[in-house]
Amino acid sequence: MLPEKITREMFDKLVSLAALELDEEESEYLRTELNHQLAAVKELSEIQLDEDVQPSLHGIECQGNPPRKDEWQPFPDPDAILALAPEREGRYFVVPEIAQPGQEGQ
Amino acid sequence: MNTTSLSAFEIARRVRAGELSPMQVLEEHLAQIAAVDGIPGQLDPPAMDAREEQKVHAFIQVTADLARKQAEQIQAKLARGEDPGPLAGVPVSIKDIFCVQCTTTTAGSRILYNFRLPYTATTVARLEQAGALILGKTNLDEFTYGSSSESSAFQPHPNNPWNTQHVTGGSSGGSAAAVAAHETPLSLGTDTGGSIRQPAAFCGVVGLKPTYGRTSRYGLIAFGSSLDCPGPMARNVSDAALMLQVLAGADPKDSTSSIQPVPDYLAALAEGVRGLRIGISPDYDHIAYPDTETGEMGIQAIQPEMNQAVREVAQVLASLGAEIVENVPMPNARHGIPTYFVISRVEAASNLHRFDGVKYGYRTQKPVQDLSELYRVTRAEGFGLQPKLRILMGMYVSAAAHSAHYYQKALRVRSLIRADFERAFDPTGPYRLDALLTPTTPTTAFRRKEVLRDTVLMQYSDQMTVGANHAGIPAISIPAGLDPQGLPIGVQFFGNDFREDLILQVAYAYEQATQQAPWRQEVPQALRATEVK
Repeated sequence: MLPEKITREMFDKLVSLAALELDEEESEYLRTELNHQLAAVKELSEIQLDEDVQPSLHGIECQGNPPRKDEWQPFPDPDAILALAPEREGRYFVVPEIAQPGQEGQ
Repeated sequence: MNTTSLSAFEIARRVRAGELSPMQVLEEHLAQIAAVDGIPGQLDPPAMDAREEQKVHAFIQVTADLARKQAEQIQAKLARGEDPGPLAGVPVSIKDIFCVQCTTTTAGSRILYNFRLPYTATTVARLEQAGALILGKTNLDEFTYGSSSESSAFQPHPNNPWNTQHVTGGSSGGSAAAVAAHETPLSLGTDTGGSIRQPAAFCGVVGLKPTYGRTSRYGLIAFGSSLDCPGPMARNVSDAALMLQVLAGADPKDSTSSIQPVPDYLAALAEGVRGLRIGISPDYDHIAYPDTETGEMGIQAIQPEMNQAVREVAQVLASLGAEIVENVPMPNARHGIPTYFVISRVEAASNLHRFDGVKYGYRTQKPVQDLSELYRVTRAEGFGLQPKLRILMGMYVSAAAHSAHYYQKALRVRSLIRADFERAFDPTGPYRLDALLTPTTPTTAFRRKEVLRDTVLMQYSDQMTVGANHAGIPAISIPAGLDPQGLPIGVQFFGNDFREDLILQVAYAYEQATQQAPWRQEVPQALRATEVK
């Protein structure tokens, strides 16, 4: 049986998994809206489906391009893309420590 | 009377014939923007005075220099005797969710406030190749997440040109407003749950969501990758057809773009509706709306003028020889929003994980201990409320523990929604429709701030439109009158897969037959203001 409401504890866990941080006001507002949205989708669980109803990943059968040849198509100016980085050294992106000692796997 | 009142079709015709200079077209449209638009959307806006409150604010960025260069290229081509293309000299604005080289592409979000990619979306590149002048980037809900365009991080948000105290709709609200206020005759929008058609309806313009795959998504910042469709916004049906003609077609850079041949949309327009079967459904004359505490669904009436407009449009089409098919059952239409709440959020959350302050865009200036804190603080500061909410909802309903209950179920209900349309359009079925006629929205444009904080009510603004996104089919919204407050009413035609030609044809027939209708002679408030000066 699924919980009907997202509790504060579950919500904080979700926020952490989503790599977000929220202040108190944002948390309360977003958790309220989330619960309202879950109430709005409750209807889905009440729909009886025949076993043969398949999931649709797209509405329309994909009639896309055949795969193109596996050929290297270099972008003419990769440095223009690298230049978008907030911080870099040469062609490397610079980031802070990956993990503090004792915090691996967080 | 200057070129800002002309259709795209007429501007291109005159420019190609050498009767009109693209530079004159450009300068007159830039002057119109200067007269009606006010300050552009920005991250730290100044205080708004009463005068600015009445401006349209469609744009985040006006790209006058880029457009001037393009106008010069058109002039050079004409001088050499070359054809500058079907959109020669036509000003176009671009929803700021498409990458355009030499512009910043913000998606209406702080997290992309400085994002200047060195390439251009396929759809925009096609407009440029066809001779269009790119006048700027229009404001939108942050990452397209909304139905009012108020949630942009770039404020002021767009206002409805018909009454600036009302919203434009969204998320392509800046685009709809720019077209309605004669700032550009065409704009490029995107539609994931109704984001072209709903603002088109609110602002009294034409908006077409093509079949999924008909237009390339390359260079479009993704919301719901199985739902997103770029499409045209215009002041009349033939301009929408003209623009779709340029946009449509396979793109090697988008593996979901379709290789189906593109028909001649303009040639099909004047074929009329004699003998066509146009459906009306009782499942589209109300909405099913949930109690947000209990989840109990109740039936709510929609604004009566919407149903009235559908009946009037049906009468006009019947008088032109169309056969009106009543009582077409669309029993799964009511599941459109609950299904969308799940599918679009899962796809949005997936698409938003890439924004992390490392490779591009905003990065927090606060000192951080480690990479994980950099991600958290950057995303906390860079995303507004709507992206945060979509990430959380998407992660919750697709989590391993809940997926079967929510996401997998929603994907199967999506099949039911599609099946309703398949039955309605089936050439051997009981209804054999060429188009299904519905209201575009449950109400006309609501007042600013009225709905913004209520994310369920906001989402239900797309109840009438979202079925086309689930089913992948095309749909068009066209103006069909004004309500007693003088706000535009839109009606919608759904069509079968890749039958944009047919819904354009039906829309065109209605538009032509009602040219003399009194409501068509009314002009938006924003335009009346400029006439006074």
